[in-house]
Amino acid sequence: MTLLLILLLLLAAAVLCCPLEKVHPGSSRALAIFSLLMTTVLLFGYLWAPRVFTVPATLADLWWDQLNWAWIPRFGIRFHLGIDGLGFLMLALTLGMGLFGLWITPGQIRQRVGLFHCCYLLTIAGVVGVFTALDLFLFFFFWEVMLIPMFLLIAIWGYEDRTRAAIKFFIFTQASSLLMLAAIVALAYLSYLQNGEITFSLQHLAQARLPLHTQYWLMFGFFIAFAVKLPAVPLHPWLPDAHTQAPTAASILLAAVLLKTGAYGLLRFTLPLFPEACSAFAPLALMIGVASIVYGAMAAYAQQDIKRLVAYSSVSHMGFVLIGVFSGNSTATLGAITLMIAHGLSSAALFGMVGKLQQRFHSRNIAEMSGLWATLPRLSAVALVFVMAAIGLPGLGNFVAEFLVLVGSFPSYPWLTTAAVSGVILAAMYGLRLLQRVFFGLPHSNQVTPDMQDLSRRELAVFSCAGLLLLWIGLYPQPLLSQAKEWVEVIHNRTIENPANYTPRRDGDSRLKGSEAGY
Amino acid sequence: MPLLGFITLSCTPLWLQREPSEKFTTVLGVGSVGLAALLTAALGAGFQTHDATIIQTPLWQWVQVSDGKFPLQLNFGFHVDALTLVMLSVITGVGFLIHVYSAAYMRGDDSYRRYFAYLNLFVFSMLVLVLADNLALLYLGWEGVGLCSYLLIGFWYRNPDNGRAARKAFIVTRVGDTAMLIGLLLLLKEFHTLSLQPLMNAVRSPGADPEVLTLAALLLLGGTTGKSAQLPLQTWLPDAMAGPTPVSALIHAATMVTAGVYLVARCHDLFLRSEIAMLATATIGTLTLLLAGISALAQTDLKRVLAYSTISQLGYMFLALGAGAFSAAVFHLVTHAFFKALLFLSAGVVILSLHHEQDIRSMGGLRKKLPLVCTAFAIGCAALAALPLTSGFFSKEQILAQTWNTFGGLNPFWIGGIVGALVTGMYSARLLTQVFFGREGSASQHCRSAQMPAMSVPLTVLALLALLGGAIPLHLDSVFGSIGNHHVPSLVQWIAAAAPICGILIWLLIRYLAEQNRAKTQSHFFFPILQNWARNGWGFDRLYQALLTAPLRWVASANRDDIVDKCYASVGSTCLRLHFWLSRTQSGLLRSYLTAIVAGVIGVLFLFLLITAVRL
Repeated sequence: MTLLLILLLLLAAAVLCCPLEKVHPGSSRALAIFSLLMTTVLLFGYLWAPRVFTVPATLADLWWDQLNWAWIPRFGIRFHLGIDGLGFLMLALTLGMGLFGLWITPGQIRQRVGLFHCCYLLTIAGVVGVFTALDLFLFFFFWEVMLIPMFLLIAIWGYEDRTRAAIKFFIFTQASSLLMLAAIVALAYLSYLQNGEITFSLQHLAQARLPLHTQYWLMFGFFIAFAVKLPAVPLHPWLPDAHTQAPTAASILLAAVLLKTGAYGLLRFTLPLFPEACSAFAPLALMIGVASIVYGAMAAYAQQDIKRLVAYSSVSHMGFVLIGVFSGNSTATLGAITLMIAHGLSSAALFGMVGKLQQRFHSRNIAEMSGLWATLPRLSAVALVFVMAAIGLPGLGNFVAEFLVLVGSFPSYPWLTTAAVSGVILAAMYGLRLLQRVFFGLPHSNQVTPDMQDLSRRELAVFSCAGLLLLWIGLYPQPLLSQAKEWVEVIHNRTIENPANYTPRRDGDSRLKGSEAGY
Repeated sequence: MPLLGFITLSCTPLWLQREPSEKFTTVLGVGSVGLAALLTAALGAGFQTHDATIIQTPLWQWVQVSDGKFPLQLNFGFHVDALTLVMLSVITGVGFLIHVYSAAYMRGDDSYRRYFAYLNLFVFSMLVLVLADNLALLYLGWEGVGLCSYLLIGFWYRNPDNGRAARKAFIVTRVGDTAMLIGLLLLLKEFHTLSLQPLMNAVRSPGADPEVLTLAALLLLGGTTGKSAQLPLQTWLPDAMAGPTPVSALIHAATMVTAGVYLVARCHDLFLRSEIAMLATATIGTLTLLLAGISALAQTDLKRVLAYSTISQLGYMFLALGAGAFSAAVFHLVTHAFFKALLFLSAGVVILSLHHEQDIRSMGGLRKKLPLVCTAFAIGCAALAALPLTSGFFSKEQILAQTWNTFGGLNPFWIGGIVGALVTGMYSARLLTQVFFGREGSASQHCRSAQMPAMSVPLTVLALLALLGGAIPLHLDSVFGSIGNHHVPSLVQWIAAAAPICGILIWLLIRYLAEQNRAKTQSHFFFPILQNWARNGWGFDRLYQALLTAPLRWVASANRDDIVDKCYASVGSTCLRLHFWLSRTQSGLLRSYLTAIVAGVIGVLFLFLLITAVRL
């Protein structure tokens, strides 16, 4: 029920935003923040539920909470929501970063304030739906729901070239999700032919035994939709434009949350639904991952626009996620999930930082800034911390995540992993270039204007929260890993490459049986 | 138990972010390191009395996951044995002296607090590095050290050159780190652990695959060449002199660059299993010590001379490691830390007194103006050149003797070491005479002594250590196992002892000849081209620039607009063009519609006729 409450609260707040803003200017922002805070509290209520830390015996026990109503009974479509450890992490990231995005950007939206917050909350509601839906049709529904308000956020409140960027974003996502829709319908139809019962439920569809050939095509439909969102080279071009043109809060939402829906989709749907096809496809997927890492980093190195630079660095990081998801090893997959969280934090903070720069200089061009450390030491220190996190400094979250991905994928794919490690050098190159050009060096004389203020205490506190979380993940990621572990085991007990070699762990016996029984 | 207090203390530097007054910063910044030094001393005393060899302090689980087959477990835990203790003493002891010195050197700088925060963070990372009980945690310290080095080299950020040097240091060492990371992955794949003790036990067991061991050792060696500035990744160190001089002393002489030596010594079991890796280490060491030594001879910047001499001395340590003389390498590490810190700190006083003039050609005759510094510098130079009875003599002697033994008598490594010692003698003498003796240069006329008590004390202590440090017993046998005390022929020992003296004499002779023949400038003792080449560090920079940096930059900038994006854009523009052409047909002109209809009808008829014709 709490899940529904979270969704309804967000929707209600979204609907109320517009009229409230008319009555009381400025109140919609407060309402949005309030609703996000409330939902976060609701979400964290789950941590007190006793079942969270018990080992699930069957797949049905995997879910902390479920909601399963008939929606369109004729087609077996159900309104089926569920939350487990992975979902919890993703929801926490969504709500937390949603809050971060609003908190860090006060006063940046001047026109149609109510509508802005309405769209913002609708996007978050869509994402929450995506992260909880267990019915494929419902999932697709939410997938589209989160797209449209995001499109509006870019198209209405974006920067100079916003229309083009928004359309590009829309076309890429829409075209690829059409493929996914086709694959969903085909999958439901095939399972109908097998079982004589039409259903869109993840658990039931995963039972369908399809020939590899068919699996391959269906998987492709899903993969492309998720790879566009991720994004993976060569499906990434929407991202730099969308990120660059979106207003800061929307950029944060895009980077921290929307990209993760792609990786989440791969983990939640593609891998369990098409296990054989996925392991056959893995080498190619890893190659795409490595290509993303190198290509993204090289492109980031060349950018003049700071926001574009950060955007391309996201492409590079998501390459690691792709590798982790597809390398067929639970260590790597856990690494991918950790990276989703860590990258969410670090990229959101970096976009927040760029937003602060844009607010002060009305420019995002690297060439127009220099030596900011002298005038803005706090902002510069924030940038230093998060750039270091982004380039994988040990002790911060991204390192642990990338390390796990590499450790997991190295035994099976040593050469591809080695190629991926080289991305670490390239990351240092673009990261330090950004620091050097913007924050070090001689300050431009024309920059020092009287209204140039460093971060306020409150802003600094918000940034430090993100920094501390990263530090926590970097030094003690265990709680996070243990939340994500259950689902990862579910995936890998199905996709383990050679079942003959597989001997279940002693304490995992019951769990293994359970998950097989569940399917 | 001192360990516990020590851990909390090593973390305190991290809290040093928000302290306003300079005095407070000094007390906190210097005090924390001083306390750490005291605790280390207590720890050492504890070792002596309890006769312990190893202390393990597990802290908390870092990562624990399992991929169904093998669990991966990384812990935060500290591991102290004799080797760690030696490193701890050097880091905290020399580090403390340098902190004290810095307090005077950096006085009045507007980023005084930032300076000490970085410096403490550095000491913290370095301590993590040497205390780590597994390689992943060591890597954490390793990278942390790299970060601090980046921050400190670029400390005076207003000058873009410093920034460039800092970035270079970070990226070049990162190349090495990447090799090391791959090495860690390989070890993890083979042995499923990164904890030092189980890992080394696994490595020692005869079942381990020798090829994998060689590969892993070489990859780790790659990491150490980055951090310890060995061939082929040595290029960052001379540029790293852009930072404040105490930083050069602390990072680029006494501690950070020794991390590589420490790593090899720590993993000596791994290296001992692989003949090739040992040979590679020795070769790298010998080549580095020769090339860097000769480069040092050609430098004109005071700090760059010292930088190249550091690289050269690190080469000696690697030679020792490659020869299996691990304790000799660590011994040289310790003595080198003493005399190189001394040299850098004295150089710092000289530079400050000459208003940031660093060109040794404009110095000279400073002996009278800076007597204490001159004495200190002379002691440092003597130890650097390994003159008998200084600390450097004992350690270098050990290295050369072991090299002689391991490689069986007369061998290229030993000859390299002897030639290196000769060259070391030459550049030490050159440096000393250029700066402190002879005629007064242009800069030395404006010399105003910037010496302060806070500077003299560390100088004196370090000078004593550089002189007498050779007598400190290190008790490293518990770590490396005792190596049988083979005696080398006394002639060999005499040659090794005489080499630096010969070097000094040769230099004096050259100088004398140059004095006679005033037409030539003093330092033109070998061909100018060769000299230029050596001064530019044998052209490595230019080589990398041409082979790596420039192409990379070219590719990146060529792809600035993202070629993939252009592909999609061309899809879009094709659509637009089609749309344009098609929309032209919807002109609304009846005439053109009629024309099109008639043309269409004729065309269809014609086609029809053609088909029937073909059928017939």
